[in-house]
Amino acid sequence: MTTQATSMKTMTYGQAICDGLAVEMRRDPDIYVAGEDVGMFGGGLGVTLGLLDEFGPRRIRDTPLSETAIVGHAVGAAAAGLRPVAEIMFDDFLAIVLDELGNQAAKARYMFGGKVKIPMVLRASCGAGIRAAAQHSQSLEAWCAHVPGLKTVAPSTPADAKGLIIAAIRDDNPVVFLEHKILLGVTGEVPEGEYLVPLGTADIKREGGDVTLVTWSAMVQQSLRAAELLAEEGVSAEVVDLRTIVPLDTEAILGSVAKTHRLVIVHEAVRTSGFGAEIAAIVADEGFDLLDAPIKRVTAPDTPVPFSPMLEDAYLPSADTIKAAVLALM
Amino acid sequence: MSMSTEQLLEAFRCMVKIREFEKRAHELFLQGELPGFLHLYLGEEAIAAGVMAALRPDDWVSSSHRGHGHVIAKGGDVRGMMAEIYGRSTGSCKGKGGSMHIADLDLGILGANGIVGGGIPIGTGAALACQYRGGDSVAVSFFGDAASNRGTFHEAVNLAAVWDLPIVFVCENNLYGVSTCQRDHMRITDVADRAASYGIPGMIADGNDVEAVYEAALEAVERARRGDGPTLLECKTWRHQGHFVGDPCAYRDPLEHEEWLAKDPILRGTRVLIERGLATEESIAELTAEIKAAIDEAAEFGRTSPWPEASELLTDVYSA
Repeated sequence: MTTQATSMKTMTYGQAICDGLAVEMRRDPDIYVAGEDVGMFGGGLGVTLGLLDEFGPRRIRDTPLSETAIVGHAVGAAAAGLRPVAEIMFDDFLAIVLDELGNQAAKARYMFGGKVKIPMVLRASCGAGIRAAAQHSQSLEAWCAHVPGLKTVAPSTPADAKGLIIAAIRDDNPVVFLEHKILLGVTGEVPEGEYLVPLGTADIKREGGDVTLVTWSAMVQQSLRAAELLAEEGVSAEVVDLRTIVPLDTEAILGSVAKTHRLVIVHEAVRTSGFGAEIAAIVADEGFDLLDAPIKRVTAPDTPVPFSPMLEDAYLPSADTIKAAVLALM
Repeated sequence: MSMSTEQLLEAFRCMVKIREFEKRAHELFLQGELPGFLHLYLGEEAIAAGVMAALRPDDWVSSSHRGHGHVIAKGGDVRGMMAEIYGRSTGSCKGKGGSMHIADLDLGILGANGIVGGGIPIGTGAALACQYRGGDSVAVSFFGDAASNRGTFHEAVNLAAVWDLPIVFVCENNLYGVSTCQRDHMRITDVADRAASYGIPGMIADGNDVEAVYEAALEAVERARRGDGPTLLECKTWRHQGHFVGDPCAYRDPLEHEEWLAKDPILRGTRVLIERGLATEESIAELTAEIKAAIDEAAEFGRTSPWPEASELLTDVYSA
């Protein structure tokens, strides 16, 4: 259930995350933020700007350039009772910290027979679109989803970003929080004060009756644009924003497919073994009788993210490619 | 400060307990009783016993893949540990972790670790929790010589130095990373020299002398408690067995092995206790027999404990 706040404020997606962090830090003194340049500099992409002034260097901790130590120490601090919010600037750096995340944070509770909790959040920017090339642009949610013990969150709007960062901090498990860099400056109405979006709840961002677009993060915007284009063609598309990848709101996906009987999954990550494959498998398994057409995926191609603006634009799924995929199904 | 007589006797008892536990685990493994594989602490007992004598119950410990000794020295229940390495439901981790992930969070033990060097950042985080809370508890992270070549060591020690964290990094230098001799995996003789590059004190102790380990550890622990930051403490030692049970150890010089066996920490401790009139051969034999009986009982408890229910497979993945 989403907590209703009394008043709204216009802010960017990045500011909404910062606001969520501040709201939680005021409530719980065990929460601290650690990462490269998160203090005075405000974080690699400016999300934590201003937190140092309010909370001071004990709770807003600049670290050496040491992703392994940033994530690894957070695991130990969380096991010892704190609630760290660790930042690595880009999710591409997950490749550096996979041991700390996948072997330590994710498995500690199970390996130790349920005797420990690891309430930590790992924040990272994700996604392409700013010409940041192959090592600063990936969408790696499927890596995280493949490790039991982790939760993975990928909000698409400022309000969801705030509600989900608060839920992620309150969760007693390691949560990877992926902030799409193209969304950081997008503005929206955000509830003030305490506002929670529970993990594992998808949101229908647009209702429709002919086809379901299941998507998340920046591809929600593209899917909504595609839905408008499709409406001009007389096709009514429903846009389901997953918001969290793990836990997955399977019910919301199947519920929408039960209504539309057609499913197109849209994600920015590369195609092979992308999370869309998992969704397609679940729907084929649990919703086969609901379908009137094959399940389709609109994704990036199986290549690294290119630098050249022309190539990067071609790499990213767009409203037009989504529209074309839907029309081919109708 | 040197150990009191009481502390020395207690540390000796702790070493014998580790020795008997490991010997029994070794036997059981060779009999095919234990699944998986084992990395035994035989020969290194003085380090766990000496360091732990300098710690309090509210201090934290992160361990290595050779972790049984650390858990026993921090107060781990040998029955739960035996049941754990048997994979039984009564194990300290409900049989879900086994030898390489043996832990007891209630005692501040953050777990053995299957990833060499994986526990070093985790201990560092526990040290931050100690500092953050404002008390004077500390953390100790145990790892081997080969682990000091990993990036986790460099990043965690540097972070602890920069943040003045209350932690002692204890390198148990048994001179081999699996089969690779220290001279082939680093260009220095003393891992403690690495402390200089982080601007923290480096200390060396004879890792087979429980009193020497205690004295060095106490100095480092007190520095951490005072808020003066981390220490790298290298303890020179030797593992009696191979890297794991079944490793034929063909890479070690038999003569060197014999020399080190003569420096065995329990032989040494026995000699010291008798020389100082604190024990006799008979009293030590009695103590050993008493501990052996407790280990026998623990092994029997493990062997006869029920397997986990199949439903346990799916629990403890997430906290509710």
